[in-house]
Amino acid sequence: MSMNRREFLKIAGISTIAGLGSVSLFSRLQDKTLEAAPYLQNPEAMKARRWGMVIDVSKFRDEDYKKVIEVCHRTHNVPDFKNPKDEIKWIWTDTFKHTFPGQEHEFMPQEIKERNFLLLCNHCANPACVRVCPTKATFKRQDGIVMQDMHRCIGCRFCMAACPFGARSFNYRNPREFIKEENENKEYPARMIGVVEKCTFCTERLAIGKMPACVEAAPKGGLIFGDMDDTNSEVRKALKENYTIRRKPELGTEPSVFYVIGGNGYAVVPEKS
Amino acid sequence: MLEKALTGSKKYWTWIFFLLILSGIGTFAYLKQFSYGLGITGLSRDVSWGLYIGQFTFLVGVAASGVMLVLPYYLHNFKQFGKITILGEFLAIAAVTMCILFIFVDMGQPMRIMNVMLYPTLNSVMFWDSVVLGGYLFLNLIVGWTVLGADSKGIAPPKWVKPLIYLSIAWAPSIHTVTAFLYAGIPGRHFWLTAIMAARFLASAFAGGPALLIILALIIRKFTKFDPGKEAVQTLGKIVTYFMITNVFFVGLELFTAFYSGIPGHMHPFKYLFVGLEGAHKLVPLMWASVIMAIVSLLILIFPAARKNESVLAVACAMVFLSLWIDKGFGLIIGGFVPNMFETVTEYWPTLPETLITIGVWAIGFLVLTVLYKIAISVREETAGIEIEH
Repeated sequence: MSMNRREFLKIAGISTIAGLGSVSLFSRLQDKTLEAAPYLQNPEAMKARRWGMVIDVSKFRDEDYKKVIEVCHRTHNVPDFKNPKDEIKWIWTDTFKHTFPGQEHEFMPQEIKERNFLLLCNHCANPACVRVCPTKATFKRQDGIVMQDMHRCIGCRFCMAACPFGARSFNYRNPREFIKEENENKEYPARMIGVVEKCTFCTERLAIGKMPACVEAAPKGGLIFGDMDDTNSEVRKALKENYTIRRKPELGTEPSVFYVIGGNGYAVVPEKS
Repeated sequence: MLEKALTGSKKYWTWIFFLLILSGIGTFAYLKQFSYGLGITGLSRDVSWGLYIGQFTFLVGVAASGVMLVLPYYLHNFKQFGKITILGEFLAIAAVTMCILFIFVDMGQPMRIMNVMLYPTLNSVMFWDSVVLGGYLFLNLIVGWTVLGADSKGIAPPKWVKPLIYLSIAWAPSIHTVTAFLYAGIPGRHFWLTAIMAARFLASAFAGGPALLIILALIIRKFTKFDPGKEAVQTLGKIVTYFMITNVFFVGLELFTAFYSGIPGHMHPFKYLFVGLEGAHKLVPLMWASVIMAIVSLLILIFPAARKNESVLAVACAMVFLSLWIDKGFGLIIGGFVPNMFETVTEYWPTLPETLITIGVWAIGFLVLTVLYKIAISVREETAGIEIEH
């Protein structure tokens, strides 16, 4: 094949442009720094390779749950719409049957059948919500926390369809009108209409060296929070000493929230600490 | 060629005006939704997708079905489709337009829609769906417009359009496959987690889309001087028959796996849809209407004698279309959400504003379709008798 100088230059020019273009495109696609990250690190900040939680349900009574839920929802300006259709919740309770579908049987201890369990985002190691999000608005942080960027979310609700744990809520209405003024936490932002939200393991508190709000509000030993990668952490000790179960482990999402069902085989009414 | 849409009979303008009113009402309802939020719909924390996403899913199928005209003509030289491939391509354009609008009205933050392109996320099926749908719209616009333009001048279309036509043939199944992957790749939703989802989508698309094309062809023959052709309609009828049989077969496979395995999670959505679950049975009448129409339409379609009567064929096609619209535009989405992730039942039913917005989007789609078909038919009327060379 013969080509003159002019043709050669033309082809060379076009291929250079195409090459440079694709290189910059691919480097951008792989650029991990696109994820939102705090620019200022507080020296007090709590750090982990993978945050996890053990919930010892034997330590809780219904009023303890109520307190934990209220503290979380107040801390994060979670609105109360007073109807289940528009409901937003970060942490809530349900029965064994609904928390662990398919695990219940008719001869279970009545106590466990009737007991309530605490539910929240599982901060899965292999989260389906992150996989499906078309804008990376929901993403996994390096410490394992599954986070949500409220300013990028387009409100497509693919993550709500994908989450096997029903952990996500959508702002079907403007939430600001449903946060009572006396309950409002001025330190934490309210969300806007049309975005998805959920539990964040209190990243804003971890960043200043505080435990998540629910952990602080829970009865002693009820919620154990720590680094699952650290063999000496409280969480790992609790996991070693107790038989724990997770919600829907068969789906492979690797939840980071574990449940101790009734401590010594049976659920016992906890002593007041 | 657009000027051809600006002149028309009184009937044409009445129809256009009617569609404009419906889309106006839909737009007004959408403005309400825009300020109030999606809380204005019947959607909830438990059923977070509904009528909008159902329509989107169904219409992707309608869009893909254009290939049922394009493929036999360009790959098998089936001459009878030569003059009507344009109807398939223009139907695809109108259908994809509706798809995009249904996604738009379903979004919580529609002003951020470009985020999908600004932060391309290769692991998200939704990103790929927007890519394949955009590509399909583009291909059909270019191909349809160029070929029709050449036809109107009585010349052969330019050579560069052929590769695009072949690409569009391969592209059509991809749009519905990727749309099926939106559902079939989600852990924990038993109703959707099935490997046959994409195949089922394609079967129902290639039944429902051509059924609509037959009805449109018969309407065109009645109201214009362009005859899409008796044999073309009959061949489309065969396509509808085969794919409807395939679709019903695929649904049967789903039922077998769910009920013979006896796994509760797999049975529950089917139970909810067809007999009701825990006292909730809002969708039961609709789903049975879908089943009955599927059976009756098949009983008509599989007998050539019945199918050959065009009025009977039209009735069968209307039933196929409605049956699949219920099955895919409604049951498929809701069945994925009921029961929910806690195995409890929250029902869904669209609200009035939601319904008006849905009708509005359909009206805009039919407006696009009417204008495009008017242009295509005007060209065909003007060039009647002249052989086309593609």
